[in-house]
Amino acid sequence: MAKSHKPVVWFPFAAGGTVIAFFIPVIVLLTFMAALGHVPAGLSYEKMHAFAGSGLGKLIIFGVVALSLWSSAHRLRCTFYDFGVRADTLVATILYIAAIAASLLSAAYLLQI
Amino acid sequence: MSRNPLVRPVPPTSWFFRHPRYLRYMSREITCIFIGAYCVLLVVGLQRLAAGPVAWESFLLGLRSADSIVFHILALAAAVYHAATWFNATHKAMPVQIGEDFVPPNVISGAHYVVWVVLSVAVLFLAGVF
Repeated sequence: MAKSHKPVVWFPFAAGGTVIAFFIPVIVLLTFMAALGHVPAGLSYEKMHAFAGSGLGKLIIFGVVALSLWSSAHRLRCTFYDFGVRADTLVATILYIAAIAASLLSAAYLLQI
Repeated sequence: MSRNPLVRPVPPTSWFFRHPRYLRYMSREITCIFIGAYCVLLVVGLQRLAAGPVAWESFLLGLRSADSIVFHILALAAAVYHAATWFNATHKAMPVQIGEDFVPPNVISGAHYVVWVVLSVAVLFLAGVF
């Protein structure tokens, strides 16, 4: 049977879709509250720094951000195609590299905390 | 064998206006633009958090601009729409069979909605909202 690289793209896409469905709405709600001037207590510098400073916190934040980025990149690739941009290889390369770069940046920022 | 196979031309940029189902598909597709942009905002937030308390406070203050509020409303709508459509599709993506029978679709989707609410309330609680 021919080997395909599709599972490598698909697994983080599906995992990211699930993570986005379960967690992104409530995370958006938290920063939306901050945007409206009611900053939740957990978003204070001390609380956020302590959370992102713990090993488990780093893992959770990186998992949510990296999987969501990958899933969004994959879906944006499909969206470009659906809107008539047929340069799929170029679009996919740019979006996947952007998702990987942003994930690496998040890891670097987390390691500084 | 037909020597002139029928090829229907599909307009590449307006095909989704042809059927309400395609429009619903595309309305789900474009939610990823807002979710992707929000992910970038999260990465920026991490950078600000790593840069120290002053940078983090200015990040939180920056969220209060009118643009940010409009973006958050759009991102929230996109995220909720993504979640609902994702959960509604779960029974198709992973049907559960017990013995001879399949678990009813609304039980599988409903279980996801329950878990979603529980997780969201837990995150809000941990974030000190209540």
